[in-house]
Amino acid sequence: MTLAFSDRIDVALVVNGEPVEARVPAGQHLVDFLRLELGLTGAHASCEHGVCGACTVRVDGQAVRGCLMLAAQADGADVWTVEGLTEAGGSADLQAAFVDRNALQCGFCTPGMIVAAEDLLARGGVPARAEIRAHLSGNYCRCTGYEAIVDAVEQVARTRAGKGTA
Amino acid sequence: MKASAGGYARANDVPHALQLLALAGAAGRILAGGQSLVAAMNMRLSDGDMLVDITRIGALRGVTDTGDSLHIGALTRHAEVGTDPLIRTHAPLLTEAVHHIAHAAIRNRGTIGGALAHADPAAEFPACAVALGAVIHAEGPEGARQILAEDFFEGVFTTALAENEILTAISVPKADAAETQIMEEVARRGGDYALTGLCLVRRAAGHRVAVFSAGPAPVLARAAMAALDAGDIDGAVAALQAELDPPSDTQASAGYRRHIAGVLLRRAVERSGGQGA
Ligand SMILES: Cc1cc2nc3c(=O)[nH]c(=O)nc-3n(C[C@H](O)[C@H](O)[C@H](O)COP(=O)(O)OP(=O)(O)OC[C@H]3O[C@@H](n4cnc5c(N)ncnc54)[C@H](O)[C@@H]3O)c2cc1C
Repeated sequence: MTLAFSDRIDVALVVNGEPVEARVPAGQHLVDFLRLELGLTGAHASCEHGVCGACTVRVDGQAVRGCLMLAAQADGADVWTVEGLTEAGGSADLQAAFVDRNALQCGFCTPGMIVAAEDLLARGGVPARAEIRAHLSGNYCRCTGYEAIVDAVEQVARTRAGKGTA
Repeated sequence: MKASAGGYARANDVPHALQLLALAGAAGRILAGGQSLVAAMNMRLSDGDMLVDITRIGALRGVTDTGDSLHIGALTRHAEVGTDPLIRTHAPLLTEAVHHIAHAAIRNRGTIGGALAHADPAAEFPACAVALGAVIHAEGPEGARQILAEDFFEGVFTTALAENEILTAISVPKADAAETQIMEEVARRGGDYALTGLCLVRRAAGHRVAVFSAGPAPVLARAAMAALDAGDIDGAVAALQAELDPPSDTQASAGYRRHIAGVLLRRAVERSGGQGA
């Protein structure tokens, strides 16, 4: 049983399907690690207290705040960012719908929105618009007014559920 | 701003975590879901902490039926509380509360033990614990002890937990057959902290009402409970408003909070199916 605290911690995790080993500072949060050490700048470090959602990434199958999880806690985790989701292609329809529906303008919130929306879409079925809004309530967008984002998510939910486009 | 932690260690089990806390002394700090602590660290409200990460302690996670009550491990996440079938059946107040707590990504990591230990005056779970008559389980160097929820929450971010203790679980009595449990709250947007919220429990033994975000800690509204037991809803609203002493702040005025508490009590009584008693 070790009784040691360290200020640098060794971690081994999988990021976007690739194994990664690193030594991280004790206070570094996951999204800084992804951006500064791995060059994955899709998820954004913005408010850094969990309010804006721009840092949302997928950890062990669930959407989480990248700014509220320490990199040290990600030892053994399976992490996906928007870069990995794009490369794997599974979110291509959602990304296309965002473009079609003008669900992004500056794009700052979009990587977090995509991860948060996929978290909801993964449950299957076609969520009500109120449910989509509730699920995305923790992701700020200062451009679109949200209506187009809800449209895009709803459209993809319908298509994936085999019910055609709205 | 960036966090500066003094150090980090991963605890294998509760005794290990307690040893780490003892080693760290005053700088020692339990890290659970991190949904309040890491935010505070990022804002440098908390600096130089020696973090004891308890999230890998499997024994602190999950829900078990212990006969008369449910034992909910400290590391059970908000999202897990929200979908757990035992909790839905025997303590539906907690299931309903989860819908009001933060946003999906935060519910995926925040833990019930963290929310109770953090004791934010606007948080839902502490008020639920008080309304349900729950018991908080803690473990420290001197062993384990149990604290009644009513005695646990002492003030803003302050509990009966000692610095060298770990909150290990909460146990909640199972609802009786005809029991109703209801939460009502007013917040500006879904997922925001409540401007004021209220839990109503109506069980064979009588009513229980706990109000949150209306004082430094959840308020067990005894005078309102007595009036509800007597079937007097108007009296209960008046009594409730008299026994609250809410703060005025940038979110809401004291008068508004007191008014809303009365409105929420009426809504809750209506949803519970009438005047009770
Ligand atoms: C944007 C945002 C919105 C939120 N909205 C709400 C809301 O509406 N309602 C609500 O209730 N909460 C809300 N929260 C807070 C959230 O519920 C947190 O998860 C919770 O308050 C803390 O739980 P945690 O497991 O994340 O604890 P941590 O952040 O890890 O710890 C919090 C504190 O508790 C201590 N602690 C944690 N676990 C233990 C333990 N087992 N024993 C002893 N001490 C312990 C830590 O040392 C620390 O001081 C919100 C958070 C954010 C970021």
